[in-house]
Parts: sequence; C-alpha cells; structure tokens
Amino acid sequence: MKNCEYQQIDPQALPTPTPTPTPPSRPCPEKTKKQQRKWEVFPGKNRFYCDGRIIVARQSGVLPLTLGLILVTSGLFFIFDCPFLVKHLTCGIPVIGGVLFVFVVISLLQTSFTDPGILPRATPEEAADIEKQIDNPASSSSSSYRPPPRTKEIVINQQVVKLKYCFTCKIFRPPRTSHCSLCDNCVERFDHHCPWVGNCVGKRNYRFFYCFIVSLSFLTAFIFGCVTTHLALRSQDGNGLVYALQESPASALELVVCFFSVWSILGLSGFHTYLVASNLTTNEDIKGSWSGKSGSEDTGNPYSYNSMLTNCCAVLCGPMPPSLIDRRGYVPEDALPSATVEIQLPAAKTEVNVTVQTSKVLLEPASRSPLPSASSSSSSPSSRPQEKKPPGSLKAKSSLKAKSPPKPPAPAGKDSPRPRTSSAPAPLAAPEDVSAAMGPPDPARSRQGSTGAGGGGGGGGNGGGSNGGIVNTSSPADKRRHHHRSAKRTHSGHSHSHNHNHNHNHNHNHSHAHKPANGAAPALGAPQQATLAPASSSATSTPTGRKRSSSSSNGTGGGSHRREHREAKLISQH
Amino acid sequence: MAETHSLQDLRQQAAIASKVFVQRDYTSGTICKFQTKFPSELETRIDKQQFEETIQTLNNLYAEAEKLGGKSYLEGCLACLTAYTIFLCMETHYEKVLKKIAKYIQEQNEKVYAPLGLLLTDPIERGLRVVEISIYEDRSIGSR
Repeated sequence: MKNCEYQQIDPQALPTPTPTPTPPSRPCPEKTKKQQRKWEVFPGKNRFYCDGRIIVARQSGVLPLTLGLILVTSGLFFIFDCPFLVKHLTCGIPVIGGVLFVFVVISLLQTSFTDPGILPRATPEEAADIEKQIDNPASSSSSSYRPPPRTKEIVINQQVVKLKYCFTCKIFRPPRTSHCSLCDNCVERFDHHCPWVGNCVGKRNYRFFYCFIVSLSFLTAFIFGCVTTHLALRSQDGNGLVYALQESPASALELVVCFFSVWSILGLSGFHTYLVASNLTTNEDIKGSWSGKSGSEDTGNPYSYNSMLTNCCAVLCGPMPPSLIDRRGYVPEDALPSATVEIQLPAAKTEVNVTVQTSKVLLEPASRSPLPSASSSSSSPSSRPQEKKPPGSLKAKSSLKAKSPPKPPAPAGKDSPRPRTSSAPAPLAAPEDVSAAMGPPDPARSRQGSTGAGGGGGGGGNGGGSNGGIVNTSSPADKRRHHHRSAKRTHSGHSHSHNHNHNHNHNHNHSHAHKPANGAAPALGAPQQATLAPASSSATSTPTGRKRSSSSSNGTGGGSHRREHREAKLISQH
Repeated sequence: MAETHSLQDLRQQAAIASKVFVQRDYTSGTICKFQTKFPSELETRIDKQQFEETIQTLNNLYAEAEKLGGKSYLEGCLACLTAYTIFLCMETHYEKVLKKIAKYIQEQNEKVYAPLGLLLTDPIERGLRVVEISIYEDRSIGSR
C-alpha cells in the first residue's frame, strides 16, 4: 500500500484548475470533469485506497498494531531463533514458520481490505416504492405521514424471522444482515466489527477472517513451541535458563507475546469453529436468536444444514459472492432531483478519500450527457450530443447500454486488476476488480445504478458525527454468559463485549470486538475493546433491552441514529 | 398493442412513466431469489406467464450461481490452499453466472420487454435487492 495515499478533501480548499461549469460545447472535458467512480460518492463510512480497489473501515482500529505485532514477533523469530534451531534440529522450522507467516499476513490483509458484503443503499425510487407498499395496506388517507412499519415477518424453514427496516439504508434488511454503525453500512451475514482487523466481518470476508485466526493460532503456537525448545536447548548447553535468556533476549519477548496470544487466539478459533459448524454468526450467537432461550423447541437455526460438515463447507468453501457496491464503477450521469453539492475533484487525486460527511457529489449536469458506458471506456469521454438523454436514469440502469457504444474487447473489464501487482497488500478479491469501470465490454459488470449518489439520500451525507469508539471492558456477566453459551470456548482470556441497544427505531447495531489478548494488551489498558456507540439514546428513546456493558455509551456518538431521527422528523413533516 | 418499440427508441426518446420493483423472496433462506408474484402495474403491459417465466429463469440462474456442489467446494478448497490469492487470477463461478444472467436479461429486454415498452434492470446493479422494471410512456415513436 506504499503507493497509495489518501487525502481528506476540504471543498473550500480545492484548487479548481478550470471554471466550475463545463460549457456543453466543449467536446473533450478537462481532466477535472472526469467521471467519478462510485467509491468517491460512497455514502458509508469507509475509506478507499488505490482508486477503490481497497476498502477499509473508517477507523483502522488497531490494525497497525495487529500487523506490527505479527511482523515483529515473526521477524524476531526468524532472526534470532531460527538459526539456532536450524543448527540443532531441522531446517524445516523456518520453512513451516514462513508458510504460516505468509498465510497469516495474506489473510489478515484480505480480511481488512475486502468488502465484507456491504449492501448498497436503496435508490430513491426503491425507497419510495417500499414506503408506498407499506402505506397502502395501512390505507392511511390522511396527510399525516406514518413512518413505515419497522418490521416484516417472513417464514424461513418453518421459522418466523423478522426483517427489520433500516432507516439509514432505506431497505428492509435481508435475513442475517445487520447495520454496522461504525461503518454505517448494512452488511450481509454480519458477524461482527473487528477492530483488530479494522473492518467488519461479514459474508464475503468471513472465510478470510477464519483463515486468519486459524493460521495465527498455528503460528503463535508454533513460535511458542520453537522458542521454548530453543531456550530449553540453550539452557541445557549452558548454565541455565537465565544465561540462555541473556544470550537470546529476543526470545523472551517472543515468549511473552506468544504466551498471551496463544490462549486467546486459540479460544477465538475454537469459538469460530463452533460457529462455522453450526452456521451461526457471532451476532446471532450473542443475541441468542436461535438458542431457544424462550425454552420452546421451535427455535432452531433455520439456515443450518443440520450437518456439521455441510455447514463448514457452505460457510468456508461456498461460492464467493460478488461485491455489490461496485466501487470502481463510474457514477452515472443522471441529474437527480435530490442532488446537492458539486465538488470538483482534481483527476490527479485518484486515491482521494471522500468521507461522506464532507461531500455529497452531484452528478454532472444532464446537458453534458455522454453515455456513462461510453465515457467510462475511454479516457476522453466525449459527449454525444445526438443522443438525447431520457429524463429517467435509464442509461444508468440498463445493462443493455453496452449495445449502443462500440464494444471494446470483452476482457478489458478484467484488465484493471492485472496491472495492479505492485501495491503490495494483497489481493482484493478479484470480483470487485472485475467490476471495473469498463462498462461496455463487460455487460455483466456495467452496473451504474445511481445507488451511490442518490441512494445515500439524506442519510448518508449529513449526520456525520463521531461514531465513537466506545471503550468497554466486558463485565464479568458478559464473560460468564458467553462461556455458558458457547460449547467450545476454552479460555477466560478470551473476552467478548458487545453493546446492544434496542430502540424503537428497531435498528440493531452490533459491534463485537474480539480481543486476542496478547502481550501488548495490558499495555493497551482500557481501550481493549472498541465497540460501537449506537447512540440511539441521543436520538430517540433511551435504550431498552439488553445493555450489558458496564460503561455507559457515549451519547454523542452514532451519527447514524441521529440521522435516522432527523429523517423521521423530516418525513413526518410531509 | 399499438406501438412496438425497439430498445434504441426507448432509450433515446421515451420517458419513464413509472418503475416496478420485484422484491426478494426470502422464504428459502438467504439465497438470491425473487418473488414471482405478478405486479399489478404490469397487468396491462405484459403477459403474466411471460413475466413469471422470466423471473423463474432468473431465480434458477442465481440458484446455479450459489449452488453448493462439488465444483464450488473444489474452487473453495483450492482458494483456501492458496490463501485466496487465486481470486486475483481466476474468475469465480459466481461471476461467470452473473455474466450469463446479464446476457439473459439483455436478450429478454430486446426480444420481449422493449417491444412492450418495458425495461428490466439487472438486479446486480441494485445490489441484488430488486428486479427493477421501468415502464415507459406509451407513445408512438414513428417510423423506425
């Protein structure tokens, strides 16, 4: 990631090389008029690097710490312990260590930089349609607007499942989807938001996360074992353990780090193995959605295949779903009625960080109306004046627009990921990259719906506000409850804390921080587990339900809830 | 049906009168499946059978994409062994099916829907939430 930087845009400070409006007669727009990619107008609280190829949560959490610990500990291991062990034991040791290290780093980076399964927000038409559908049966004829009922019940596998309406994203959330307030996105099959990884863990990156913690447990156990062997051998040769430690002080550090890590990471791996085998998410496990706490026999996990092996295969080896947010696609040219501020982004700044609080980007005026696909396929989008643009967002929406412009060769769509070999961190799942902006060549990927710009609606841009890394130490009650529930939990060193607020907006926000306590953890002190700040308390009602955390939630956090409340107020004024 | 429209006509000259959204059907779980219920707004425009057939084919295609079987397991295991780096090189099975779906929708639009003044939007452009059907104003286009 060395090549990529991001910069916060200050709209006032932006240098505009060209005057603001583009005269329609200009055939070839300046670089500043370059079409924006969808990641630049993404309404969630994510950050993007490398022109949208890499996505991380707004706060990187302690990802640098995680990475640093892994690199330092492994580095010390290879430098100080391996030579001795190779001499005395076998040269397979650095090989195994190297393989494990590579696995750990790659899966960590993939977990951090992959889209976890973010659901794009509803377009304004969709949102209106949903509200209309809900109002109709209610037959409200009066002028007072009733907000859409917040839940919908469906039956899955003879289980009644409630679908909740997300006020931020303006959709009814699919089953197992949850809205993460730290990232301000609805994430499919939401597991938890992991600060150690700096990203949500959801449908698309759960397997990377699982691979990461499993390989990390092997790595820490391996290093721990090797260092112990090293010290044991040295103290046999020499004059005891103290002498051995003096000779190889790095080993002491590794020992401490690994000792503390191995228990928590192993515990975490065990917990997630249990979750995988039962096809549960951390979110569901914590809420006890299917544990039958009501005592009835009817509640069981409707998503489970009732076979551990099938569950494991389905979760870990199932087909890799594509990214739904199409980060690198181009924003379509529609002028939406809800469009607001226009910001000129100098084209040179391709790795610009657009956090939505600061900017809401207007799509180019309709007068300059090249086909989005045509413009995306070449560097110089020329407007096609002969093509009259329908008022609707038809062009954006139809995948058929591939027909009209000349079709560049099909594989062009895949070109974009290829050259990107240099900037290190690995790989983003190719699916996102295939959806590159080359609209026409790849009709399947020319997704240019106006979700980015329009769909954010009032919700995305405005509320801003700090989402608050709330620092919670898990209360003993949490730990006990969690241990009680989980069959495979091994250690008390493994603590979970989560803050669950249930307000009348029915907006469930869950953040579940795993704390693999390692040697540095005590140094971290209080900020052990960052959880979300739902801040529903600020907006609407006091949080009811299960608020188990001992520390109080920060009332100022949670822009999303404030936003929802504001929207509800606005709506009620109609 | 007085006028028949071609796709070009629609895009260039017609105005969208309204949009119909076909929502997801979650009764079988989280797999991607759309409701086959026939929306009332389309009653005057298209044959119910045709519509249901389109949606059903889409559902089948998505089911194929998400199918758990030998092939997908193999792909998953191979990916796991290579630390998921093969996703950089290989197109996943899901993506291949998505291309098929895009082609199918394009075909349906050309053959069936555009002449009736309708347009299907690929669900992937809407985050696999809805099938959006745009209804165009019924006006005569002229000779074309």
